Amino acid sequence: MSTALLHVDKLYCERDDRILFEDLSFSINAGEVIQVEGQNGSGKTTLLRILSGLSNHYEGDIFWKGALLSTVQDDFRREILYFGHHPGVKAVLTPEENLHWYAAMHPSIDGKKIAMALEQVGLRGFEDSPCHTLSAGQNRRVSLARLYLTSAKLWILDEPFTAIDKKGVAQKEQLILDHAANGGSVILTTHHELAISEKVRRFNLDELAGT
Amino acid sequence: MGIIVTNESANSEGSSVLSLFGAVLKRDLMLAYRKKSDLFNPLIFFLMVATLFPLGVSPEPDFLAQIAPGVVWVAALLATLLSMESVFKSDFEDGTLEQTLLSPQPLFVIVLAKVLAHWMMSGLPLTLLAPLLAVMLFLPAEGMSGLMLSLLIGTPTLSLVGAIGAALTVGLRKGGVLISLLVLPLYIPVLIFGTSAVQAAVTGLPLAGFFALLGAILALGLVLAPLAISAALRISVSG
Amino acid sequence: MSEKKNWMPRWFYQLASPRWSYEIMGKLLPGFAIAAFLLLIAGTVWALLFAPSDYQQGNSFRIIYIHVPSALLAQSCYMMMAIAGAIGLIWKMKVADMVAKSCAPIGATMAVLALATGAIWGKPTWGSWWVWDARLTSMLILLFLYLGVIALYSAIENEAMAAKSAAVLALVGLVNIPIIKYSVDWWNTLHQPATFKLTERPAMAPEMWLPLLVMVIGFYCFFAVSLMMRTRNEILVRERRASWVKELVEKQ
Repeated sequence: MSTALLHVDKLYCERDDRILFEDLSFSINAGEVIQVEGQNGSGKTTLLRILSGLSNHYEGDIFWKGALLSTVQDDFRREILYFGHHPGVKAVLTPEENLHWYAAMHPSIDGKKIAMALEQVGLRGFEDSPCHTLSAGQNRRVSLARLYLTSAKLWILDEPFTAIDKKGVAQKEQLILDHAANGGSVILTTHHELAISEKVRRFNLDELAGT
Repeated sequence: MGIIVTNESANSEGSSVLSLFGAVLKRDLMLAYRKKSDLFNPLIFFLMVATLFPLGVSPEPDFLAQIAPGVVWVAALLATLLSMESVFKSDFEDGTLEQTLLSPQPLFVIVLAKVLAHWMMSGLPLTLLAPLLAVMLFLPAEGMSGLMLSLLIGTPTLSLVGAIGAALTVGLRKGGVLISLLVLPLYIPVLIFGTSAVQAAVTGLPLAGFFALLGAILALGLVLAPLAISAALRISVSG
Repeated sequence: MSEKKNWMPRWFYQLASPRWSYEIMGKLLPGFAIAAFLLLIAGTVWALLFAPSDYQQGNSFRIIYIHVPSALLAQSCYMMMAIAGAIGLIWKMKVADMVAKSCAPIGATMAVLALATGAIWGKPTWGSWWVWDARLTSMLILLFLYLGVIALYSAIENEAMAAKSAAVLALVGLVNIPIIKYSVDWWNTLHQPATFKLTERPAMAPEMWLPLLVMVIGFYCFFAVSLMMRTRNEILVRERRASWVKELVEKQ
């Protein structure tokens, strides 16, 4: 039994007749930030979806705090935050309504902090505009506002900085570091050059890919 | 890990399930309210399908009165089916379905609330609109209560079963026709008991048995369909 | 569902490994094939030449020797498909998925055969090719259920997802079948006074039902043969990149 937050043991995944990764083993410890690298189609998104529990098209074992993931799913879901390709924002709802819904899905979130979170991502004044009137970047900010609300230990972020401006990226990077400093963990993919790269552990899926 | 459940937390769990149910219901109703076209299309379809029968078969009042229970029920069934695709589709497309599946909240409750919201936007208005169709099709006035009640008890089952089809096909680009193929055979018992209830009402036979049967099917659906829907959603999103 | 996947010890998975299944089915196939061939020949000859003709229907009743086995098989095949699908869902067992997938077309074919023989039988008995008889209607709905499952299989490209989705649908169908059957039976008695019923023959003479029994067993053996052949095919396709399949192909 390992004491890592998340431990992946001999993960194997194929997609459309292609082995994405094989014999992939690694751990994520508390306070760590991991960046998954690889070309397009190397399986970064698939890996993050597997780690989040969305996909179970894999062989091998994943352990959450030492227990097999499939046996502790409820605890696991309480402690992760997943940010995927789709921002998870309803176009006809306002940013505030969207976050209230997210809070309903995650009872540990304090609904009173929503206004503060929207302010942090620079959406003050847009609380009551339906999201379809906002830009793509603003929509992603609505989704990123969840980072200020959540009490999740593990953040799984798939391309969180797409369509976000420089200032926003710097701010989110700082947020990620703060989260790690507080004992949280982050696993992310990004095409941005991270300014905080010296504090990030990386691994490259291309080098791990099967023959 | 969370094995110790005190009385207090069990109580708060009960109320949190209710508030979750309420939150999901409210959100879905709000979404439907803001996209009104989704709300009216099945109703218009319902009216149109029923209009086809006098035109296509015969406008003879006696004849129409005879087929009215079946026509109204078939039209309601098809209208429900038409509205089914949208239950999970937009949630799937914008990623909120992913977030729902990743939440620690019980999926059973969420799914049930979503189906209830769907029924309130389809089955319930269809039921309320049915007397209009019944009059147009010369259904004898005695049959009206049977029609309304059978639709009221029967259409929630249609929503529950239809949602299974919707959940199975949510990830497919052309899910619409497929839902019909998957779900229509499963609708047959509701159709049989629903129309029979109306016919019994017209001829003055006792109705309680039909409503008991429709109610029993609904109860079974309430218990089992959310399980199938949840499983189907997890499978569809995993791709 | 996935919460349950670690109940069973590892050997359970190994037992269900595609390779093992492929080999064991290969060994079982000839026996079942011979049994199916002999039983079907014997049953057919017995049924057509030696069984006495019916006092009401004459020789036309002999079609039950195909109708009844195919109808039985269509029903049990659905059950098998749903159960295999459930095993695949719960224990992530690939071979069970493949068995379930192979069941669908066989069952649908059997349902078509039962419907066709029912229609042919209906002509001399009722004077029309189709009658909304309870059993025929139920069989028709069963065919629809099969077609739904097959349509779902072909609509989803990812094999693993298709198998799981179809398994859920098959299970939903399995729960529904008794309800559908009951409702259709009930509907039938409401709309038609109980007249002559297919297959529900009071006290058949042994000379009549013994060949039927032989035919039923023969059909089941034939089902086993075609199911194993289809499953073996499916295993080869799904495991085409496994080393043992490559070796197998090279040997031939």
